[in-house]
Amino acid sequence: MNETAFLEVKGVSKHYGGIIALDNVDFACCRSSIHAILGENGAGKSTLIKVIAGVVRPETGQMKLEGREVSFTIPSDAAREGIFCVFQELSLMPDMTVADNICITNPPRKWGLIDYRAQLHRAEELLARVSCEDINPLIRVSDLPLSRRQMVEIAKALGRNPRLLILDEATSALTAADVEKIFDILKGLRDEGLALLYITHRLREAELLADTCSVFRNGEHIETFSQGHKTPDEIVRLMIGRAVSKTFPPKPQREKPASPAFKAQEAPEERSKSSVTPGQTPAVSMLDIQGLSWENRLHDISFSVRQGEIVGLGGLDGQGQRELLLALLGVLRGVQGVIKIDNRRVRIDSPSKAKNPGYGIVMIPEDRKTEGLLLPMSIRENISLASLDKLSRASVINRKMENARVEELVRQLKIKIRTLDDPAGSLSGGNQQKLVVAKWLLLGARCLLLMDPTRGIDVGTKEEMYSLLRRLADQGTAIIFHSTDYDELVGMCDRVIILYRGRIVRELVGDEITEHQIVASSLNLTVDQTGSCQE
Amino acid sequence: MNMSFGLFARQNYRVLIALCILLVTFVAFFSLHPRHLSVYTLTIWANQGTCLAFVSMSQAMVVLTAGIDLSVGPILALSNSLASEVVNGSPSHVAFGIFLVMLAGLACGFINGLVVVIGRIQPIVTTLATGTVYTGVALFIRPTTGGQISEGLSDALTSNLYGIPTSLLLVAGTILLIWVPFRRTNLGRGIYAVGSSEGAAYMSGLDVNRSKMAAYTLAGLLASFGGLFIGLQTLTGDAMTGPSYTLISIASVVLGGTSLSGGIGGALEAIIGAFTLRTINSMMFFAGAPPLAQPLFEGLILMAALSLGGLRLIGMRNRLDLWQ
Repeated sequence: MNETAFLEVKGVSKHYGGIIALDNVDFACCRSSIHAILGENGAGKSTLIKVIAGVVRPETGQMKLEGREVSFTIPSDAAREGIFCVFQELSLMPDMTVADNICITNPPRKWGLIDYRAQLHRAEELLARVSCEDINPLIRVSDLPLSRRQMVEIAKALGRNPRLLILDEATSALTAADVEKIFDILKGLRDEGLALLYITHRLREAELLADTCSVFRNGEHIETFSQGHKTPDEIVRLMIGRAVSKTFPPKPQREKPASPAFKAQEAPEERSKSSVTPGQTPAVSMLDIQGLSWENRLHDISFSVRQGEIVGLGGLDGQGQRELLLALLGVLRGVQGVIKIDNRRVRIDSPSKAKNPGYGIVMIPEDRKTEGLLLPMSIRENISLASLDKLSRASVINRKMENARVEELVRQLKIKIRTLDDPAGSLSGGNQQKLVVAKWLLLGARCLLLMDPTRGIDVGTKEEMYSLLRRLADQGTAIIFHSTDYDELVGMCDRVIILYRGRIVRELVGDEITEHQIVASSLNLTVDQTGSCQE
Repeated sequence: MNMSFGLFARQNYRVLIALCILLVTFVAFFSLHPRHLSVYTLTIWANQGTCLAFVSMSQAMVVLTAGIDLSVGPILALSNSLASEVVNGSPSHVAFGIFLVMLAGLACGFINGLVVVIGRIQPIVTTLATGTVYTGVALFIRPTTGGQISEGLSDALTSNLYGIPTSLLLVAGTILLIWVPFRRTNLGRGIYAVGSSEGAAYMSGLDVNRSKMAAYTLAGLLASFGGLFIGLQTLTGDAMTGPSYTLISIASVVLGGTSLSGGIGGALEAIIGAFTLRTINSMMFFAGAPPLAQPLFEGLILMAALSLGGLRLIGMRNRLDLWQ
């Protein structure tokens, strides 16, 4: 494989403070191949990508492109060699139009000035190439939903005629349909002779797409193998360095009689602590929603969530899931319908009202970087932010109490930090997400709204998140969980509500929750009793 | 058609609001004016707004990159002081003098850019410091008000041409010859990209530093136009003209619909804001408000005008959009 290597990295190391991000890494990738890079948070994947793309300079090591030694100091150095990156953090300019963004580095010009008409054509062509003809190139990026933005980002990268295209969690915000489109495009690019690096947390995607896989762990390159030579189980073991038994925590049985698949195996001591006895249906309905409507995005939504229940919110992307959660949080104006908490009608008009002890509704947002955390502020301040009332007397924060509670949570959630004073922005994605969760745990939320909480998070942290959510539910928290990942809905939820164009089209309970059912309902197909269809 | 009117209006609502305010104040001003609208009164109106228009354009360049330039006033004062020394004599002397003044403005802006880009010091602090230096240099050139500026040039540029105020032609010329082409270069687009999201611009492989340098340098040049023009109006140089222009230029940039967080707006918007502000100023005079009460009324009208920009929030159904 080495003789045909397009890009070769040798002995690359990089430290951030005391944390080793890359430790003497050798890596190579070839033309006409899709190379998946797998690994947990902080495994060094992102740093490796940044080194290759010229965003970060390594302390030691060298890089060879087609056998020629190169060194990149800024992204445009890498761009000159045809190396482009679709980053996990979107790299679009929100105030500029889609066409401006797609052609940002090298717009078509006439007499030295940007030719708007040619630019529009090019944008349209590239959008068509990623089957997004529906996006108007003259609209501002800030007016697009996240999943569309990601498609624009991919179109933008294609427009620069890459030789090596790097996709860092590029599908994390995409819908299943878009992912399929992207896969076809990527395979086409591979056949054209491109080298592709594909970083993902979804093993299934690596399985479907990659020719070669490399696993990273703790800044080291563990192993590279051809796709198909290892089972998913073996890969996961390589990634986290230990064996995993099961991804999802077992669900408590409800309503339906016991089915062998859900035999309760959970530790009994967890159970005894919980306020709601699992195994039987808790009668207490925490949240009741009746006839909720908003603008033309939500129509007559009615459902209820009991204490200790995890209700999934499924459906295609952008069918009103986000709006529904925002409505419950009091962010939307002009919401019609009735929201009842503990059977009392309530009127919530801001997140600060929603979080107060009587209601206890909090949200873990889709974009932790802008809506979940204050990145430049310390880990301590981020965790205690929502609970300052509880931690202060006469408006003066009790530092001792704050430290004690925050430290306890950091331990409990196994958040990897150096000191509590480090900025939240210095943590990896998974640990950042844990901070958001810790913030609400400290407050003691009664109802947790989750917006795709595992987006861009590695397998290990995902698992921790799943068992944490189940534990919270067992302690009586009501959870509404939106996910674009069908597996998660199947594995986590006691009930799944499918939205389609702002309406509830289906409610799946217990054994009905299968990938097949979810997909079919999301497309608003009426399905007959299929029963046999499982993952 | 890709661009419907609705989309255009939605993406440019800030400018449209600003334009409406300008029209309203313009009409109000000339109906209050005892001599009503004529070539003569229009020329005076235009002359009063032009200097601020240049300074506001200058401010807008930096604001587009999400910075603030506190040195536009001092650069204006420096160019004005320099102009009172060199823009006089024979036509060739005058031309060379103008060239020198523009060069001085460019140099000041370039220095601002260097400090911001290489020193990585925040724009507001940088320009506070460099601005003080420029004021010092201006005082060195012109310790007391005085000097001399070509009267022939002044007469030509502050009157009218076929009924159109020459000063408006100067502003239009600046837009057409400098701003429009600039906006359509990579550098010009880079300014918007940097203001919209510097990180994304960097990641896209844009030369962020070059764009910033361009913004500050162009800002210096435009501020020197302001200094030249005020010299043509007063025929003297004054090293202390600067300070009042700095803050008022920020107000007119915002009034015109440029976002202080960068990425939205432009030179045209700044001009609209500048003329609106100046019209409100002069209106006070003709409305017969007692001189001592003028700042009060002026401030109130300004606040009302600015709050019109907040009207869009009424129709906002998602409170998260308030911060976007």
